[in-house]
Amino acid sequence: MFRYLPLIVKNCWRNRRRTTLTIVSIGVSMCLLGVLIAVYHALYLSDATPDQAMRVVTRNRISLTVPIPLFYRDRIRQVPGVKEIMSSQWFNGVYKDARDPKNFFARFGVDPPDKLFTIYGELKIPEDQKQAFIRDRTGTVIGRDLANKFNFHLGDRITLIGDIYPGTLELTVRGIFDSPRQSEMLYFNWAYVREGLSESRKGEVGTFDILCDDAGVVPRVANAIDDGFRNSPVETRTETEQAFLRSFVGMLGNVKLFLISICAAVMFTILLVSGNTMAMSVRERVREVGVLKTLGFTGGNILFIILGEACAISIAGGAIGFLLSTFLTGGVKKSPAGMFLPPIQRFDPSVASACILVALGIGLISSFIPAWNASRTTIVEALRSTD
Amino acid sequence: MAIPVTYNLRNLVVRKTTTLMTALGIALTVAVLLAMMALLAGLRATLSASGDPLQIVVMRKGSESELVSNFTRTQFQDLKFKVGIARARNGDPMASLEVVTVINLPSLDAPDGNNVTLRGLSPIGVEMRPGLKISAGRWFETGKRQVVVGKSIAQRYPGAALGKRLTFGRGDWDVVGVMDAGQTAQNSEIFADLNQVSSDLQREDVLSSALVRATDTVTAAALVKSINDDQRLNMNAVSEKEYYALQTVSARPIEFLGVFVSIIMAIGSSFAAMNTMYAAVARRAREIGTLRVLGFSRGSILFSFFLESVLLAGLGGVLGCLLAFFALNGKATGIGSTTFSELAFAFRVTPQIMLAGILFATILGAVGGLFPARMAARKEILVALREV
Repeated sequence: MFRYLPLIVKNCWRNRRRTTLTIVSIGVSMCLLGVLIAVYHALYLSDATPDQAMRVVTRNRISLTVPIPLFYRDRIRQVPGVKEIMSSQWFNGVYKDARDPKNFFARFGVDPPDKLFTIYGELKIPEDQKQAFIRDRTGTVIGRDLANKFNFHLGDRITLIGDIYPGTLELTVRGIFDSPRQSEMLYFNWAYVREGLSESRKGEVGTFDILCDDAGVVPRVANAIDDGFRNSPVETRTETEQAFLRSFVGMLGNVKLFLISICAAVMFTILLVSGNTMAMSVRERVREVGVLKTLGFTGGNILFIILGEACAISIAGGAIGFLLSTFLTGGVKKSPAGMFLPPIQRFDPSVASACILVALGIGLISSFIPAWNASRTTIVEALRSTD
Repeated sequence: MAIPVTYNLRNLVVRKTTTLMTALGIALTVAVLLAMMALLAGLRATLSASGDPLQIVVMRKGSESELVSNFTRTQFQDLKFKVGIARARNGDPMASLEVVTVINLPSLDAPDGNNVTLRGLSPIGVEMRPGLKISAGRWFETGKRQVVVGKSIAQRYPGAALGKRLTFGRGDWDVVGVMDAGQTAQNSEIFADLNQVSSDLQREDVLSSALVRATDTVTAAALVKSINDDQRLNMNAVSEKEYYALQTVSARPIEFLGVFVSIIMAIGSSFAAMNTMYAAVARRAREIGTLRVLGFSRGSILFSFFLESVLLAGLGGVLGCLLAFFALNGKATGIGSTTFSELAFAFRVTPQIMLAGILFATILGAVGGLFPARMAARKEILVALREV
């Protein structure tokens, strides 16, 4: 079969402009498809990272915005399999001017602060900065991305005006951490805010971030925590960190359906582009097919050559598209959405093979009808063609 | 002299398979763009229908959304007697203290649950929203665990249909009614008694926001200013209309994605259109030569092929509009909003949007057709006639 390879390559290159335009057209569309597949893969198909797999998040069963009692922390710590626990509270607040979305970044109050880097083992920070943060009640640690965005340095002051919580926070940057994910984030010691709260609100927190002994015990721990508070005034919902983050993406709308329908539209467009090219290219060559047949090529050979040509073009487009998409995927990772997405790898073998397979499939389907017709044309008919 | 348009039209008809395939590719690109625009139009229609120009949402200073706002009963007493607030029939000021939170309900789209806005309000709050009509059941009674759900909630969340029970706070709540809020955002909300909700959520004293009604539009503007300037209140007042208008920002991620996807698809489709037109030029070389012999200028050849490409893309645009219109128009959907909860609305494929789609397609065709048309125009008569 492979002896026809040179012929296939020659055929591809006979109308250079058309082949180039088709490859570019398929490549651009496949690039989009590559990004969508990568996001879909990261969201719904990928496994949690080893760090994530060991963490669960406990929140109020009613919703994330309804707080849970702080004293639950001590009860959860008793659950077998729980290694570390820390309360975490979304502070919201206003930095400079809330109307400008550029000033938005994540602000979390954590308690106790020394557990932050134990639970989130993937956050890297120099030891002295970590100690400085733990010692300073008004200290804060910020992500590298946030530091770069506002040009924050160690010792800088960040002022946050409370909205959900009263008061104005005067925080001092004590450390800058590196994260594998997008890190426009700020963590501070919740004790600083708690001082100024009314008695009833002092005993409330948003969520508990929990580190388990190992990934295997996670489902058991999650059930044990929720069972422990069943039928109590405040029931909890404990889920893996991956599921917790995914629920944020779900808040945007039906993301799964959105991704699938765009993927389908893009694939169908590529199919049309490729099908059209192959139909045009075969139509021009009917006489040539007749000549090949006279030389002794069978219908099967012709079918193979034409299918092969279509596949070669669409796979070339697919490969270019995938390479382009790796750049865009890097951009998605850095975007604000990256905070909720699981880490997306730039080069993911399964995404790459999905792209190539799609390209192969499109090549085959799009060229089947013209190839089939050409392979069945009789010699006389083909040679007589004036097209 | 221009070449008649019928020449182009007939050429498109003769090559119907190629024409249709190229046009369909463009149609899909246009449909994706239209889907995004229809989503935004639906959202804007819902948000702009929401809110009464006479009414003012009052939140804590610094809060941009009711959900993150805090409001104590004492502050409300100070606010209630401000000058310019309209009076109800019984003489009470038309001011409603409300508590807004979200609860998690499993929906058809999201079995794991979506956030839905729960609003606790007193009878005056219901009275201040005359657009709300009970379409099934009845209003909730004060002091009882009863809720009235918006029309969209009743449709999208099986667990919140009339007669069902919701569990949150300290017990079960009966769904006693379904309200029809016309086109407004309240279709995505659940209403219940203020005091019952606040005590169940342990927020007896710290509530969320207040809604006040001004006597007329001039007073409304003055009232907003006077509340914002009142140092003692320390409140942020915005007209209810403006409050909802600001929420269109929640569609930003989708808008961004939609534009991004459309542009990439447009590049792909314009290359495809270019391909088709190059093939057309190549196959009609002798025809082009003949046209030149007949006396048509290079300019009219250029224009003719350019026009053909635009017509081809225009056909794609029309197909795309039809596709988007029949597949999406009026279909219900929901997106996350700035209030951290789902806002339901319907896609709206308006005539303006369809026109924009066709325009987009023709631009795409123009870009794709320019180079092939130039190639056609540049052909030398003799060379063109000799080509096979």
